[in-house]
Amino acid sequence: MWRYTGRRLIMAIPVLLGVTFVTFVLLNIVPGDPVAIMLEKRADPAVVDNVRRELGLDKPWFVQYWSFVVNALKGDLGRSFFTRVQVLPELLAKFRITLRLAASAYAVAIVLGVSAGIAAAVHHNTMIDSATMVGAMIGICAPLFWTAILLQIFFGLYLGWLPISGHESWRNFILPAVALGTRFAASMARITRTSMLEVVRQDYIRTALSKGLSRRVVIYKHALRNALIPVVTLAGMQVGGLMGGSMLTETVFAIPGLGRYYIEALYQRDFPVVQGMVLFTAVVFVAANLIVDLSYAFIDPRIRYDSEGD
Amino acid sequence: MEHNSGTMRSMEYSYWRYALRKVLERRVTLLSLVTVIAIILTAVLAPAISPYDPSKQHWDDMLAAPRPDFLLGTDELGRDLLTRIIFGSRISLGVGFVSVAISTVLGVTLGSLAGFYGGQVDAIVMRITDILFAFPSLLFAIAIMFALGPGIMNVFIALGIVGWAGTARLIRSLVLQWREMPFVEATIAAGGNDSRIIWRHILPNCLPAIIVLVTLYIPDAIMAEASLSFLGLGAQPPTPSWGSMIYEARRYIRQVPTYSLFPGLAIMITVLAFNLLGDGLRDILDPKLRT
Repeated sequence: MWRYTGRRLIMAIPVLLGVTFVTFVLLNIVPGDPVAIMLEKRADPAVVDNVRRELGLDKPWFVQYWSFVVNALKGDLGRSFFTRVQVLPELLAKFRITLRLAASAYAVAIVLGVSAGIAAAVHHNTMIDSATMVGAMIGICAPLFWTAILLQIFFGLYLGWLPISGHESWRNFILPAVALGTRFAASMARITRTSMLEVVRQDYIRTALSKGLSRRVVIYKHALRNALIPVVTLAGMQVGGLMGGSMLTETVFAIPGLGRYYIEALYQRDFPVVQGMVLFTAVVFVAANLIVDLSYAFIDPRIRYDSEGD
Repeated sequence: MEHNSGTMRSMEYSYWRYALRKVLERRVTLLSLVTVIAIILTAVLAPAISPYDPSKQHWDDMLAAPRPDFLLGTDELGRDLLTRIIFGSRISLGVGFVSVAISTVLGVTLGSLAGFYGGQVDAIVMRITDILFAFPSLLFAIAIMFALGPGIMNVFIALGIVGWAGTARLIRSLVLQWREMPFVEATIAAGGNDSRIIWRHILPNCLPAIIVLVTLYIPDAIMAEASLSFLGLGAQPPTPSWGSMIYEARRYIRQVPTYSLFPGLAIMITVLAFNLLGDGLRDILDPKLRT
């Protein structure tokens, strides 16, 4: 397991370098000079030159990229061009807010999606199955930001039960988590259903039932664990979507998380923030996929990563 | 030889006829196909079927609720919502078709080169797809939109660039399979031209998978365009776009809650129709693609 993890981490290095390099090239072709945005057009050319030198923007782009990589290896993602605040602590503070949103959305997605999937599989070809699958399809096809607005209208304005913006208390996170979570619950329900239907047809399930075990024990103890691998794979694949989705959700509910930080930095051409955000997101993404791959071994003890030919 | 090619053609013909028969037999697939055709016709015939001009402002009827003369109500500038939703279908479908066309051309070309030549070409293409898969696609599309500037043409490009990696990986795996087939090996041994082998012998066999992929990627592109427009990066005013209409409607949810309802429904119905059609075509044309 450790050897496998080490090899995956080494393989992630060129990918992370590639992601940051592509972003660096993109930022350098962005029409709009951060110094011009910062100082406005009337600034004295000498002042503009000074600020450029101070920010390191007078150097060729590959020198800037190299110093970004070297500093990033030391855990230093630089300072924001505008606020002059260190990027990494700021990113971590914003990440905490986004993580709260993403984790609650994940909880909604797993609880709602997996239980709906099980219900549909157990009641295969019944009204429950059809209703769950129609609901899941609608959940996948409804734009996330639209669902979020509908939730705001119904639960926030019409019923007045929940706040429609902000991030001060846990109540502020209920509607965003439901909006973001139901989107992913829908795909989770579909995959859980398919996977459960495959598993319940296996011989060992028939054996367990013929031994006289209760249906509940067979479904939750024997079938579900074996049906979980595709669900875990999907959960890993959804990390990227969850990050994109968080950005839209944060916009609707005015939550000052990573998504809004990223958009604001792009508008201001705040290169260190954008670069830091890209690297940080890619690291989270790569780490999430690695955790998913490693978790297979816990779900299915037959999977061993250090065996030959892994 | 001529007899053989005639047999091949008739086999291909009967395959597609079989597919068409299956589409007609499956009610959900047929219904989704009819809906997709209806949406395409709505987009094409927008000026003829819309009750008003999409930019026409009715100053006395701003933020009107649905009523007989404005079936879905009006927006904050008094423009008819139904008209703007009808015209918005042009943007959504345009982005869906054009960006998926760009990503399909890129993905099919690079995927077939990687699968056919292997070695360095394969390694380079696969490492680029790794990079694209290591970053959330919406965040990457947003970064490209900032680099290129807002506007619908740039949405085509951004979504085309972001979306090709999945196609490339699938086509690569299919080309790897077909490359080992005796008829392809025989053509290579006979000194056949590489590009001719790829285009004439391998890719036609990948066509069902490509059709399924295109049908399933179009709704993704429509959703991505709506998201970019919602963030103010897609179609710019006064061009009507479903995503930007929902963004505008957000400010008036207290006054006219139905304002945000209809553009969202339009997105949902379109995406649903394409997804169901894609699912149906996948089951009919290439059940192996089912995950």
